[in-house]
Amino acid sequence: MSVQILMPALSPTMTEGKLATWMVKEGDSVAAGDVIAEIETDKATMEVEAVDEGVIGKILVAAGTDAVAVNTPIAVLLEEGEDASAVDSAPAAPAPAPAAAEAPAAEPAPAAAAPVAPVAVVPASDEDKYFDEVKTQTIREALRDAMAEEMRSDDKVFVMGEEVAEYQGAYKVTQGLLQEFGDKRVIDTPITEHGFAGLAVGAAFGGLKPVVEFMTFNFAMQAIDHIINSAAKTRYMSGGQMGCHMVFRGPNGAAARVGAQHSQCYASWYAHCPGLKVVSPYSAADAKGLLKSAIRDPNPVIFLENEVLYGQSFDVPVSEDFTVPIGKAKIVREGTDVTITAFSIMVGKALQAAEKLAEQGISAEVIDLRTIRPLDTATIVASVQRTNRLVTCEEGWAACGIGAEIAAQVMDQAFDHLDAPVARVAGEDVPMPYAANLEQLALPQVENIVEAVKSVCYRG
Amino acid sequence: MFTDALLRSKGREMAQAKSAAGAGRSTPTRTRKSRAAKPPKNNAAELLPFYRDMLLIRRFEEKAGQMYGMGLIGGFCHLYIGQEAVVVGMQSAIGKGDKVLTSYRDHGHMLACGMDARGVMAELTGRIGGYSKGKGGSMHMFSREKDFYGGHGIVGAQVPIGAGLAFANKYNGTDQVSLTYLGDGALNQGQVYETFNMAALWKLPVIFIIENNKYAMGTSVTRAAAGVSLYQRGAAYGIPGAEVDGMDVVAVQEAAEKAVKHCRSGKGPYILEMKTYRYRGHSMSDPAKYRTKDEVNKMRQEHDPIDQLRATLLEIGVAEEELKGIDREIKAIVTDAADFAQSSPEPDPSELFTDILVEA
Ligand SMILES: Cc1ncc(C[n+]2csc(CCOP(=O)(O)OP(=O)(O)O)c2C)c(N)n1
Ligand SMILES: [Mg+2]
Repeated sequence: MSVQILMPALSPTMTEGKLATWMVKEGDSVAAGDVIAEIETDKATMEVEAVDEGVIGKILVAAGTDAVAVNTPIAVLLEEGEDASAVDSAPAAPAPAPAAAEAPAAEPAPAAAAPVAPVAVVPASDEDKYFDEVKTQTIREALRDAMAEEMRSDDKVFVMGEEVAEYQGAYKVTQGLLQEFGDKRVIDTPITEHGFAGLAVGAAFGGLKPVVEFMTFNFAMQAIDHIINSAAKTRYMSGGQMGCHMVFRGPNGAAARVGAQHSQCYASWYAHCPGLKVVSPYSAADAKGLLKSAIRDPNPVIFLENEVLYGQSFDVPVSEDFTVPIGKAKIVREGTDVTITAFSIMVGKALQAAEKLAEQGISAEVIDLRTIRPLDTATIVASVQRTNRLVTCEEGWAACGIGAEIAAQVMDQAFDHLDAPVARVAGEDVPMPYAANLEQLALPQVENIVEAVKSVCYRG
Repeated sequence: MFTDALLRSKGREMAQAKSAAGAGRSTPTRTRKSRAAKPPKNNAAELLPFYRDMLLIRRFEEKAGQMYGMGLIGGFCHLYIGQEAVVVGMQSAIGKGDKVLTSYRDHGHMLACGMDARGVMAELTGRIGGYSKGKGGSMHMFSREKDFYGGHGIVGAQVPIGAGLAFANKYNGTDQVSLTYLGDGALNQGQVYETFNMAALWKLPVIFIIENNKYAMGTSVTRAAAGVSLYQRGAAYGIPGAEVDGMDVVAVQEAAEKAVKHCRSGKGPYILEMKTYRYRGHSMSDPAKYRTKDEVNKMRQEHDPIDQLRATLLEIGVAEEELKGIDREIKAIVTDAADFAQSSPEPDPSELFTDILVEA
């Protein structure tokens, strides 16, 4: 049976092209792979190869013809031994090829209703009931206990990173883990962030549950390709087959006097990306409860700690059953005049600001976001509906930051409740300076929060 | 000197023997002194599956190219035509539970892993019947069932991931290995050396298979690599490497068996440099002006892996009719896959928001 050779699409964007040259003439025999014509596309001149073997029965579009649409029949190929008269009896007008008619491009798009993005459900939490019996712990100890408890209960969990084993952690967060779990499960890596992040993703694809420590998140920039392209996107790209059950954790944000390359908040970088969860706790209890949830979570979780906070002590529930769900913010101080959102180290500063504001007769509600993605907008919106004013706090830069996102969400969901524009307190738009006075100026301070609150309350 | 740590394969000797004999497609040279210890594989029962598997990839890819031309496949589409012997030979040396992953030039690897031609083709057309429900495309497919772990679009990214799969194999106390394929271009990525280091340090059971098809897009190996003995790139880490005629499926199989044995016995990683060639452009819109037609034709006519094997099969007495039967069988599979890929519906719009996260 004769087959029509159609004008091929030779690039992702080609819709038509010039049939520049025929390399064969009617009557020529061709084998699959033989070059039969040259076509000029929007990008280049390309060779067209025969896909089937046969004899060129008729050339339908002459060499030199411009603007030949993709899928137009350009020649007829006869089977070996088939008579050329088969072509003559074929309709002269180029009939659309059957396959072309089935091409999605040729079909009118069905008028399907656009799907609606699901809204993240804020999980229920029973965390409060565990505070009947507490002990005082530093954040460092709380994080260590979270890892140790999860490693005891699940032998797929392992920890890897620079200096996590023999050195006991660059910031001593993994203290004692090597002694308890051995070097099979507590692994010192070479200084090779890109490589070990990718390797851990592979281990997660293979069914393990890695906890990857970055000495600080500044160095995770070398690994960000694997965090985003390999860990976050693969479940989607595989139609749900390939989970990536793992945690990337380490200190994030400014330490003290370490300069621009070691002082940056990455919360908004990761919070930007679907496929990740992003957590950034303030208290030791939340650090422990959230890290346990992160290690149990079947998705890749970015766990942003803070070096300055590691040594601070808080009440932590004694029970090993205590966890904090990812995706739930916490009102850490109730108030009526203004809502302040913060996460990580800024929660402490927000609480101090609230104390000062109370002295001045302003009642501030402080929300610890705890999770940045999925963001608990419901708690923020409900609070703003009561207070009608909002100040967001973050250590990172304001541009495209967490405050910008919260302001947009609140404008969207509670615009009519706002009595003043949302104010953002954030790091100054500069690389972190080294000089003590400049660093102080670059970072958001308690005073900046107090001023921002007074301005949205029109006090001052 | 590298020679102590590195195993020289017979690949090079063989290539020389072949060109000296001026072997065309009808008379491939199959005599090698290195085979003296082991009788040459001339057993039809062993070779026929190779023929079938390579032909399936060839015909599948031709059909994919054709469907691309008809606008049924979008975006990038990197064909594997010419390189079939590499993946078919490698696959013959591994078993269930061994893991395979590669770059974006992945259709051949998936078919060799036993993934269904229908599901692969339907992914190319972006339909719900595709391995990733149409959400991954040509470069992103996976099958846990068939131990295929992608399909990775970032050049070199699959290399540490493959070592990580080997890490999991080892952690779980199995003797399974990970076949991690990469291109000659990918070999210049820094993360490859980070991975070589960790794989050697931790003795991970991973085989790095460099598919040296002479070009990374339009850049030839000689223009991109300082030192063209790519199999020696692991030497500083003590990783043995061998150079193999990747156009000869039997040579590939032999090298693969040796490498797999090394890995399974706990000796750590292994590098195989497959000298191979892609006949088509890098992707669909590549006019391939960086190489001559003569170069392509010479490879096709003198080194084609399928033609070579076909000649061997006829030589050892397989009937022409039997090969034709395989040709027909493959044609039917590919036609069926193409039909399926066009009749399978596009994903439901609701699929837009699924498979991003799973419930904790
Ligand atoms: C990190 C990165 N850089 C660049 C590209 C674009 N790119 C895609 S394939 C390719 C060439 C790779 O060649 P090679 O590794 O030899 O593999 P081959 O295509 O020959 O199979 C390039 C530069 C990419 N996908 N990822
Ligand atoms: Mg290449």
